[in-house]
Amino acid sequence: MISFSNNISSQFLSDRVLLWSLRFFALIAGCLLFLIVIFLIHEAWPAVQQLGITSFFTDDAWYPTESLYLLTPMLWGTFLATLGAVILAAPIGILSAVFIHYYAPSLLAITYRRLIELLAGIPSVVFGLWGLVVLVPLIASWQPPGPSLLAGILILFLMILPTITLVIHSSLAHIPIAYIHNATALGLGRWSMIRKVILPSAKSGIFTGIFLGVARALGETMAILMVCGNVVQTPSDLFDPIRTLTANIALEMAYALGNHRSTLFVSGLMLMAMIVIFVLMAERLRYRETNAHAN
Amino acid sequence: MTKFKIATWLGILLLSGITYSQTLAIASQEKLVISGSSTMAPLVAEIGKRFENLHPGTRVDVQTGGSSRGIADTVNGLADIGMVSRALKPQEHALHGATIAHDGITMILHKDNPIDELSNEHIRLIYSGVITNWKTVGGIDAPITVVNKAEGRSTLELFLQYFQLSNRMIRAHVIIGDNEQGIKTIAGNPHAIGYVSVGTAQYDAIHEVPIKLLALHHVPATLETVQAGTFPLSRPLTLVSKNPFTGLAQTFIDFSRSPAVHDLILKQYFVPIP
Repeated sequence: MISFSNNISSQFLSDRVLLWSLRFFALIAGCLLFLIVIFLIHEAWPAVQQLGITSFFTDDAWYPTESLYLLTPMLWGTFLATLGAVILAAPIGILSAVFIHYYAPSLLAITYRRLIELLAGIPSVVFGLWGLVVLVPLIASWQPPGPSLLAGILILFLMILPTITLVIHSSLAHIPIAYIHNATALGLGRWSMIRKVILPSAKSGIFTGIFLGVARALGETMAILMVCGNVVQTPSDLFDPIRTLTANIALEMAYALGNHRSTLFVSGLMLMAMIVIFVLMAERLRYRETNAHAN
Repeated sequence: MTKFKIATWLGILLLSGITYSQTLAIASQEKLVISGSSTMAPLVAEIGKRFENLHPGTRVDVQTGGSSRGIADTVNGLADIGMVSRALKPQEHALHGATIAHDGITMILHKDNPIDELSNEHIRLIYSGVITNWKTVGGIDAPITVVNKAEGRSTLELFLQYFQLSNRMIRAHVIIGDNEQGIKTIAGNPHAIGYVSVGTAQYDAIHEVPIKLLALHHVPATLETVQAGTFPLSRPLTLVSKNPFTGLAQTFIDFSRSPAVHDLILKQYFVPIP
């Protein structure tokens, strides 16, 4: 890679200019992430120093005006909403992608794919509005009060389904045609070919899709703020209202001062940490997969 | 060709940089920074626009962040004027304030709820989780959905203070951010109770949103009763500053209190001072 770029830079001035400007912009992109993390730590530091890390897990409750900053219920809220959405979206996403690729007649496949792409492009606030005026009243007529963990899970499910489906779809498209030919030559049926050959060789793509979905679900704010009820509590069933970390930041940041504000940055840092952990896991899995293939 | 394009882009970047710093230099000449209550920000921004037109060369910069932020910014010198949508607390009385309008807070229910009035005691008991069914207060047999506001909002503070509740006592099912979210939540749930600005609620009720405004102490919640000062749950919208108003700030305050902005105040569903 490096010798290649050196080769070019020795020959043409314009290439050298391009190379250095590319390096410069890559550096900026890298720096931005670090700057954001440093900024988060800087803003979160006063709360960590004055309250201590443990108080975020051992305080009685979340009452910032009384200097009580318990974050655990919101960690649970974020975790459970994401988990529920992924449990629903992963199998349906995989099956949709398989359907588009191997079962649907081409006209239906194209229409279905366009629909999923359209779904991916809908802004989250529209999902939230739909949830607030349609989904929540529906749940309320069945199990009041309505705004609940369940509503959050369903909205997140709708939002991450297209991401998961599209990523898996594109990874299915990259499976070598020889695999399919061989499987057919061996006399495998369509379903056993998909189960035994296609899905195992698309594993890394499937994991990438799911992890991208998880990352989007963790970070989603506006839609979840509108349908979850935002009561700070650890839910005991699906119909309890919850508040996620992101909703907490969005609801209170504009009005927060001092330690309260600083604690909101702590919760931002926690979110960031959760996402970094998920990305690392995804990378690790993909690395293992590609190595297994090489061997 | 490529070289030429790169040079062009660099040129554009350089030029825009210069323009930006020039703009900053001009803007810093006669500037009034106002910060605070999100209830007041849209109104003050409108007043600011009209003020800028009348006084060329001035700039009114309105930022929101809640009444407490407005006071903190004014005390710290980050803002020239703070916007406060509640009465000043005792420790804040050292600030200089000028009320520009009033706002009322009303309890709202879904239109299909047969209840037309609740006593203060009933509202207290509903919000503290003692009464959990509409049947207890003479309504239908259905569980009550309690809608509360997020911490730090001045609407919440005023509500808690009026009903002598603390946020810890409240057993809410839904916590909302702004007024519109609250109205949508209640319009979508026939068994919900919540509270929002009279102006916003009255506007939406007139425009076919299925909500109704509850009377308090037999006083109906309307812009007229808030203006007359008879509606019990109302609040002044105040502009504050650390030092007595002088110069541009004084001119702005005088303008905001004059009849010249009454149309703007009414357009935001607030009530002008007499």
